[in-house]
Amino acid sequence: MTRVTKFRFTFWKLVFLLLMAAGLYATFVRFTQGLGASTHLSDQFPWGIWISFDVLCGVMLAAGGFTLTATVHIFNIKRMHSIIRPTILTAFLGYVLVCVALMYDLGKPYNIWHPLIMRNPHSVMFEVAYCVMLYTTVLALEFSPIVLERFNLQKPLKVVRAILIPLVIFGVILSTLHQSSLGTLYLIVPEKLHPFWYSPLLPVFFFLSAIAVGLAMTIFESSLSSKHFGLQLELPVLQELGRVLVVVLGVYAILRIEDLANRGALKLAFHPGYEAYLFWLEISLAIILPLVLLLQPRVRSSPNGLYWSAVLVVLGFITNRMNVSITGFEGSTGVRYFPKWTELAVTGMIIAGGFALFGLAVKYLPIFPTEELLHDAVTEPESALPEVSPVMEHAGD
Amino acid sequence: MSKALLYDSTVCIGCKQCEQACATQNKLPYDDTVALEEQQSAHKLTVVLTRNDKFMRRLCMNCKEPSCASVCPVGALQKTALGPVTYDPSKCMGCRYCMVACPFSVPKYEWGKLFPKVQKCTMCPDRLALGKQTACAEICPTGATKFGERDDLIAEARQRIHDNPGKYVDHIYGLEEVGGTSVLLLSAVPFETFGYRTSLSKDPLPMLTYRVLSHIPDFVPLGGMVLGGIWWITHRREEVALAEGPKPTDKTKNGRES
Repeated sequence: MTRVTKFRFTFWKLVFLLLMAAGLYATFVRFTQGLGASTHLSDQFPWGIWISFDVLCGVMLAAGGFTLTATVHIFNIKRMHSIIRPTILTAFLGYVLVCVALMYDLGKPYNIWHPLIMRNPHSVMFEVAYCVMLYTTVLALEFSPIVLERFNLQKPLKVVRAILIPLVIFGVILSTLHQSSLGTLYLIVPEKLHPFWYSPLLPVFFFLSAIAVGLAMTIFESSLSSKHFGLQLELPVLQELGRVLVVVLGVYAILRIEDLANRGALKLAFHPGYEAYLFWLEISLAIILPLVLLLQPRVRSSPNGLYWSAVLVVLGFITNRMNVSITGFEGSTGVRYFPKWTELAVTGMIIAGGFALFGLAVKYLPIFPTEELLHDAVTEPESALPEVSPVMEHAGD
Repeated sequence: MSKALLYDSTVCIGCKQCEQACATQNKLPYDDTVALEEQQSAHKLTVVLTRNDKFMRRLCMNCKEPSCASVCPVGALQKTALGPVTYDPSKCMGCRYCMVACPFSVPKYEWGKLFPKVQKCTMCPDRLALGKQTACAEICPTGATKFGERDDLIAEARQRIHDNPGKYVDHIYGLEEVGGTSVLLLSAVPFETFGYRTSLSKDPLPMLTYRVLSHIPDFVPLGGMVLGGIWWITHRREEVALAEGPKPTDKTKNGRES
């Protein structure tokens, strides 16, 4: 038993170190030779995977933070309280990593603070910049009680608890704004973006899918954590999340298909082609398969059914964001974009870093409610190490 | 009144002196290799294209309501009253949203540099401020590129089409495209031949995003009130339930806050 654990640990640690080494080398290339040498970006394709995955998907995957804080603190559904800390941790890490990725993507990262004083309220990017900045601060404050508790700092803890509700409300408003605004970004390119993905409803789609992914990520993460940190699975909580997920996905599906039909884009889906294949991949993963699965009560109540449905939703909407920001532009620009290895290496390093930080936070901070109780049960010295395996297992997702 | 350029491709002889003058004006290198490049780039802000003995210039259209200036989060790109859409590299943080948003795909990036700038034709704002015409219009030996008041140039373009039936495509490119541009084009062959989109909307594109953005000032207080209201109701309900007869399970759960 111990030998197997040991092997897994070293293997994943090796993968982690390799990803870090590749990422650091790519970082060196990026900041000594510029974007041209480190990416496949071009005048025809100015936004690549660092925007598509690291920013668009990163913000979307961190949506669990605002979804769950609203559920627990605003709607006062206390059953969900047990999973709120890992979700806030994920959201906070997610936004920090989005900011890190932006430092790579911006041509002049040292000017990242410029929106603070040079304001253009007509720019969606300006609004996103402000919201992300403010929301990262909100998340840091929402996360701070966990750290303050750990070091038993009662005074600041009191202050944060006193402003918690206004803070949560502010966070939900900010999230609503920038999650939808990431879709609004693309409203200005009606003639460049393929009709499968250009829609006046883009802000609505981005917002609804952020909620769906927020719920799915919470299910995904709670399932993984329970497996790898040896915690009890909060099954009734996840089942409830699954039920809400069905409703959100249903509303999204109806709007999306109605919109495609209204704009006459639906018939394009039945002409085989590059865009049509990726469109169907997205629709199957994000809408059809999870809805078919989750509409069956048997699947919806089983831990495995919930887990795999959540994985499908997450993968489906990652495909959606990549389609909106990459696939949808390839037709009008006449250029195929595929990231250079250095772009992938940086993204890989950032994801690996995220998983590692999550593991460290769980190890040193009171993230999971049952941590204290379990601490006595698992006392063998290896117990703290296997977290590296979940850390790396899904790094490629 | 705003200034504009009228380019009449039927008068152009393809001498490319405008390319050279533009490079000199913007302190960019220009030699025979650059002259042969058939596309706009960070070091070639205007290009004279040749298709079957027909010529056509490509340059920044300096739109009346430019997408690039509208999307720039730091206001590095600005539409000036005189006509030019200018760029301030010291403000730019390099997000490249202008490149994504431009309906003519004009802004180019210095990908090879460590401290890159966006590059595009800015309609010689320094020359215009001194009352001079653009470098390309000044050097043009045939008058194919003509500088003047936008309204005057539109009238002249209409006249040319009217006086020479069959010579031109009956369309002044830039008159209405995306709400009008400060560069107007006349051509003998369809504009698509040279990669110009003719399906562009007549409405300025910044409307599309501003329509959504303009709701934010209403949304923030409204959202705050709704969420605050829901919070009050759900917690009030709990207080009432507690006062009327507390359930033991509720009490234990209330103990934990985050």
